[in-house]
Amino acid sequence: MHNFAYHAPASLDAALKLIGEKEDGKIIAGGMTLLPTLKQRLAAPSDLIDLAGLPDLRGVKKEGGHIVIGAMTTHYEVATSDVVKAAIPALAHLASIIGDPAVRHRGTIGGSLANSDPAADYPGAAMGLNATIVTNKRAIAAEDYFLGLFETALERDEIIVSVRFPIPEKAAYQKFRHPASGYAVAGVMVSKTGAQVRVGVTGAGPNAFRARDFEAALEKSFTAEAIKDVKMSPDSLLSDIHCSAEYRAHLVGVLARRAVAQA
Amino acid sequence: MKSKVTLTVNGKERSAEVEPRTLLAELLRDHLGLTGTHVGCDTTQCGCCVVHVDGKAVKSCTMLAVQAAGKQVTTIEGLAKPDGTLHPMQEAFREHHGLQCGFCTPGMVMMAVDIARRRPGADEKTVREELEGNLCRCTGYQGIVEAILSVVNPGAVKDHHHA
Repeated sequence: MHNFAYHAPASLDAALKLIGEKEDGKIIAGGMTLLPTLKQRLAAPSDLIDLAGLPDLRGVKKEGGHIVIGAMTTHYEVATSDVVKAAIPALAHLASIIGDPAVRHRGTIGGSLANSDPAADYPGAAMGLNATIVTNKRAIAAEDYFLGLFETALERDEIIVSVRFPIPEKAAYQKFRHPASGYAVAGVMVSKTGAQVRVGVTGAGPNAFRARDFEAALEKSFTAEAIKDVKMSPDSLLSDIHCSAEYRAHLVGVLARRAVAQA
Repeated sequence: MKSKVTLTVNGKERSAEVEPRTLLAELLRDHLGLTGTHVGCDTTQCGCCVVHVDGKAVKSCTMLAVQAAGKQVTTIEGLAKPDGTLHPMQEAFREHHGLQCGFCTPGMVMMAVDIARRRPGADEKTVREELEGNLCRCTGYQGIVEAILSVVNPGAVKDHHHA
């Protein structure tokens, strides 16, 4: 890996000041994607600004009808949080099957969402649970947040502070897990709150998205049967070494039905 | 560009001059001479480099040395007692033939101790799932799983070596 200067600011203001000053600087959260990327020299930032020293960005709390998770909260902390397990068990489950135990001890929800890997789990949760990404500047609805492959609405001088999840009546996450990497070949988070149903899909497209045809059918009848004939178009989905777009389109349907049955 | 990093390793305060890009695994092996921590894949997959940082298993090839400043790090060298008495998990690996060539063993044992902390009473399926970030290319896992089960859930051991 190329060398860089390392900074461990003790406050969000100090971190923002650094990111303002260091034009080629990069923020590091858990580093579970960034450090492998640096090792492969796919990126060469001049400075790394580590958010690990900001305690305000860490932790889980319930605020009214929402679960609020600090950006630097690790996957392990989300998976084992009594607050998350009681309010949105599907989210705790999702966190518990990211990567492997050692990765879950370092990787964070903010890092995952900022990176927007097409095969990461949390983007599917953000879409399927109608989350809001809260930054130092504003609150961004998940729908407006994911813009493309590894591309989000985050501006250069914007840091995710927390993620707000409305507590649904029902939710479930189903994932076709790549057996070697643990990444989602496809993953579907389904949630139901009153008459509203959300179906968030990750792994299948260049970024997480809502499967609106599935949502419409499930709002009429929240059963696996209701979506058995709903087809996902493979047109904008990913084809890669693991499988074709058509295969992923089929998987999304299967996983959506499983998630509805489980919710 | 080098800076001094001070951390606690196996209960002792240690310092080293490192570059920001120096990995925790490199600090341990190259600067502190603790070569029990192995680097297998260097891509966060194989788990040979697992150590504990503030009590939690992490892959030391995917953490910067500077990120470990001020932290408590335990490596495989820190498990046995000073008189050489093995840690119960090390003893279990020996007893159940949980190693062959030994390359993955330090990471396996460190992860096993972490599993025992987090998942007491785990069944065989859980132990196998918990080991998915640690690769062994020669024993085939059976002895490793038996060794861990013998510590976390002795009733679940189906021991093939002591039939």
